[in-house]
Amino acid sequence: MKTRGYTSRQVTQEVVFGFLIVATIIVVLPVIAIIAQTIINGGSAISWEFLTQSPSMAGKAGGILPAIIGTFYLMLGTLIFALPLGVMAGIYLTEYARENWFTRIVNLAIVNLAGVPSVVYGLFGLGIFVLTFQFGMSLLSASLTLACQALAMTVTTSREAILAVPREFYEGSLAIGVTRWQTIRHIVLPQAVPGIITGAILAMSRAAGETAPILIVGAAFLLPGLPNSPFDQFMALPYHLYTVAAHVPGMPKEAVWGVALVLLVVVLSFNVLATIIRLKTRQRRNR
Amino acid sequence: MVNMHRSSESPGVTANGTGQFLRRRLRPGEKFIEGWIFLAGILAIVILLGIIALLMKEGLPIFFDTPPWEFLFGTKWYPVSDPPTFGIAPFFVATFWVTVVATIIAVPIGVASAAYLAEIAPNKVRETVKPVIEILAGFPSVVMGFIGLSLLSPFVQSIFDLPTGLTGLVAGIMLAMMSLPIVISISEDALTAVPDDFRQASYALGATKWETIWHVSLPGALSGVTAAIMLGVGRAIGETMTVLMVAGGALAVPVSPAEPMMPMTAAIASGIGNAVRGGVQYQALFAIGLILFIITLGVNLIADRVLERQKRKFQRS
Repeated sequence: MKTRGYTSRQVTQEVVFGFLIVATIIVVLPVIAIIAQTIINGGSAISWEFLTQSPSMAGKAGGILPAIIGTFYLMLGTLIFALPLGVMAGIYLTEYARENWFTRIVNLAIVNLAGVPSVVYGLFGLGIFVLTFQFGMSLLSASLTLACQALAMTVTTSREAILAVPREFYEGSLAIGVTRWQTIRHIVLPQAVPGIITGAILAMSRAAGETAPILIVGAAFLLPGLPNSPFDQFMALPYHLYTVAAHVPGMPKEAVWGVALVLLVVVLSFNVLATIIRLKTRQRRNR
Repeated sequence: MVNMHRSSESPGVTANGTGQFLRRRLRPGEKFIEGWIFLAGILAIVILLGIIALLMKEGLPIFFDTPPWEFLFGTKWYPVSDPPTFGIAPFFVATFWVTVVATIIAVPIGVASAAYLAEIAPNKVRETVKPVIEILAGFPSVVMGFIGLSLLSPFVQSIFDLPTGLTGLVAGIMLAMMSLPIVISISEDALTAVPDDFRQASYALGATKWETIWHVSLPGALSGVTAAIMLGVGRAIGETMTVLMVAGGALAVPVSPAEPMMPMTAAIASGIGNAVRGGVQYQALFAIGLILFIITLGVNLIADRVLERQKRKFQRS
């Protein structure tokens, strides 16, 4: 009796563990399938011409160079606004803010900023940057909108990076009579750089893939040339993919997959870069 | 909370006396920099309040035109007919359907794989699977929309024998995949935070590993898992490109998830380009944005609360 009870419990465990493993495989397999499909279907579209020419015939022929360049401009624009502000906010939260109701509200705002739907950021950007500030449907409006969205990430990663710096460094510096800002500038920040860079790269990767906000504040499907100033409209990879996939009838299939492949490569290579930096830093810390 | 503020941890350094002393010795320019740091610190609040103010300013005037109950429960969205009618029930119900489908799929799979990764998986497997999940989290939503459009929808159309593959069902499946990374990573963190002593005690009482997971680890991590599910739901409600591309875009109130439909986010994204700025349709779309914002804010606030409780649970002072 006792032995039988034991084995049936063991059997239950084996069955349940089987289900848990299957669930994990269900999560992993589609990721591999999506990457494989994109490479198989889109690989043949990738050519020197595809990467270096402007589109023609409503995107059906030619290349996607303006969309690639536009996406890099967007990533840079997002970084220019979101990184310094994120680092400064991280410094504020770790070094200056006291533990009181106000700081709790700041932290709550950051958490909630991360959860605002991207299309709502689009409406915000349209109302504030495009119409109120009169920046128009432009690269600048789109960068500012994406920067607002990226801020939650740059603040959080900067805060974590600064907190990871050993407190003794900070106290030692204060003890020899250095001011608080000098201590932050010369002691704390240099130590926190890898963590801050990781966050910045992730924010750029996110900005490269965002579609809904730029669809509202200034991306264009086809433009004759590259944007000459921040006040010009622009093309971008994700918006280009959306349009050729959903709105251009008779679009050659492999060209659409080609756009998806280029976008995935841009976004994922930045993700991988961030992971490598994080692992390298952890190794150095542990040594 | 304690660890988030260095100053509170080291009263000896930043206590008032020392602080005064340091402040008197500020070099020129430092006040300026510290002012900027404060401004950056409160920027998150400014943006959040800015979003609320803007959505209200642009969205609320629609209620002079269409009373709130007609707006919320009206089933006809005809923005360009004369006179136009704005009822958002079709969008609201569509959001409901895609979220339900996404949740039904993502919760059991997500929690199960979190349990596997946190409790059972050998280190090697965990170190391989976690980066894959991070890659899934990094997929842009437009790519997921495109995958749904070109791979999943023809497949679903043929197995369920539907007139079109672009339905709430397909959108829900894609949204489930996009919510999974959140559900898994937060559930896994919660499970890992359950102290090992609890498990050891359970083994000592003769429980098997599975019995320990079911009766000890999962109940211990319940708040965290709940928060994970809520954040996954919040993600599904707010997702735009995938549903815009895959859900079908029909304007009738969907009776089942197997019909084409237009969730709230898709309604905003597809309508805003044609709406006259300041016109009634423009106001109506901002009002949808306001409702969407309130829903996701509510979900996030509650999830944050629940998560905070989980963090305190096993904290030892």
